Amino acid sequence: MIAVVDYGVGNLFSLRSSLRFIGAESCVTADPETLIKADKLILPGVGAFGDAAAKLRQSGLDQVVIEEAKGGKPLLGICLGMQLLFEKSLEYGEHAGLGLLKGRVVPMEGTLPSELKIPHIGWNALHITRQSPLLRYVREGDCVYFVHSFYAADCGESLIATAEYGAALTAAVQQGNVMGCQFHPEKSGRVGLNILRAFCEEEQEMKSEE
Amino acid sequence: MITKRIIPCLDVRDGRVVKGVNFEGLSDVSSPVELARHYSESGADELVFYDITASYEGRALFTDILRQVAETIFIPLTVGGGINTIEDFDRVLKCGADKVSVNSGAIRNPALIGEAAKKYGDQCVVLSVDVKRVDGEFRVFAKGGRVDTGMEAIGWIRRCVENGAGEVVLNSIDTDGVKRGFDLEMLAAVCEAVRVPVIASGGAGGVEDFVTLFKTLPAVDAGLAASIFHFGEVTIPELKAALKQEGIPVRLTI
Repeated sequence: MIAVVDYGVGNLFSLRSSLRFIGAESCVTADPETLIKADKLILPGVGAFGDAAAKLRQSGLDQVVIEEAKGGKPLLGICLGMQLLFEKSLEYGEHAGLGLLKGRVVPMEGTLPSELKIPHIGWNALHITRQSPLLRYVREGDCVYFVHSFYAADCGESLIATAEYGAALTAAVQQGNVMGCQFHPEKSGRVGLNILRAFCEEEQEMKSEE
Repeated sequence: MITKRIIPCLDVRDGRVVKGVNFEGLSDVSSPVELARHYSESGADELVFYDITASYEGRALFTDILRQVAETIFIPLTVGGGINTIEDFDRVLKCGADKVSVNSGAIRNPALIGEAAKKYGDQCVVLSVDVKRVDGEFRVFAKGGRVDTGMEAIGWIRRCVENGAGEVVLNSIDTDGVKRGFDLEMLAAVCEAVRVPVIASGGAGGVEDFVTLFKTLPAVDAGLAASIFHFGEVTIPELKAALKQEGIPVRLTI
């Protein structure tokens, strides 16, 4: 069972539909017990980092997610959910993240060439920087769908793919059982469904990296 | 590198796609679900559904169909038509839409865009605008392009973007249906005015029109069309192959 963490942000219709489509059993829940019993967790998210981090903390689910991830449970953050995995974000102030991965979230505004439109929205090609279980069905240059105005920087060893948009933006990360996609796999056609499939497949395979 | 998007647009009335379609292998050519699947498999980067139903029953049928599409097709879906209130946003977003396009609803209630952007984020709100040249200026038209609002278009688009519209679909009434190419002059003026993605609509007659569009105006992010795709005059794989050959970045799925 895959549990999608429900902390009151974002529309989960497509994520649930895509999991159902690939045959994965999933539930959307805010119940700590269900999250603890689940085989894997997905942390979704859209909107502002500060709001989302606050909601996650108020619900108390932040600690559940951190403990489960530290205990080795596979965790996939999507979009803002990926950004939350890092230590902190500089989106409108400074906000602490879950601190499961090294790195920080920074604005595109002011750091990318000024002629580029912000948000970075649309289909962009993945450049794979390191082989990983999460992207094992992805080919170099496959396109996925992005919508974001902030990006993760200084991710160090967790970086597994980038997308070129004025800079090599962090597109996906994996460090053992903790994974994240800046793009929306549930909106990225066949390529995205295969990424979700890779995440949902057997745990042994997921950990084969070590 | 970010790719240029190709977006087929489906007008839906009483649960059926309105314009005539004819594809091999499609058992029901006016089924929005089948047509959406066909386009998604051909490499469409996004789909736009316009609800042109007038009745309450038709509206319920539309959201039902939207749900069916969103359960089986995993590319971005934009929904427009009859979006006048925050409740309308809510209704279609709950059924799987990713973005909501407002046109006359924003003209009637200019606060709508700001309210929706605050609630759902700028990325969710698409301004769709029908523009026609009148007395030497670009003029906004309402009600499906039938009524001259008297508003100058570039200023209107700029205001809507300031209020939170995250994308602009520019439909030129002057070139729409003529099939002689997109309205490059009008598009250039809009690209000059705003920094959000601009989607060209109205006038595509063939593959060359998309090539010309993206070569002449690199600031345009996407090309939208309906009938040339529905009638099979242009297929998405051939269109993308031609764009790629011209050095325009596109997403290839096959």
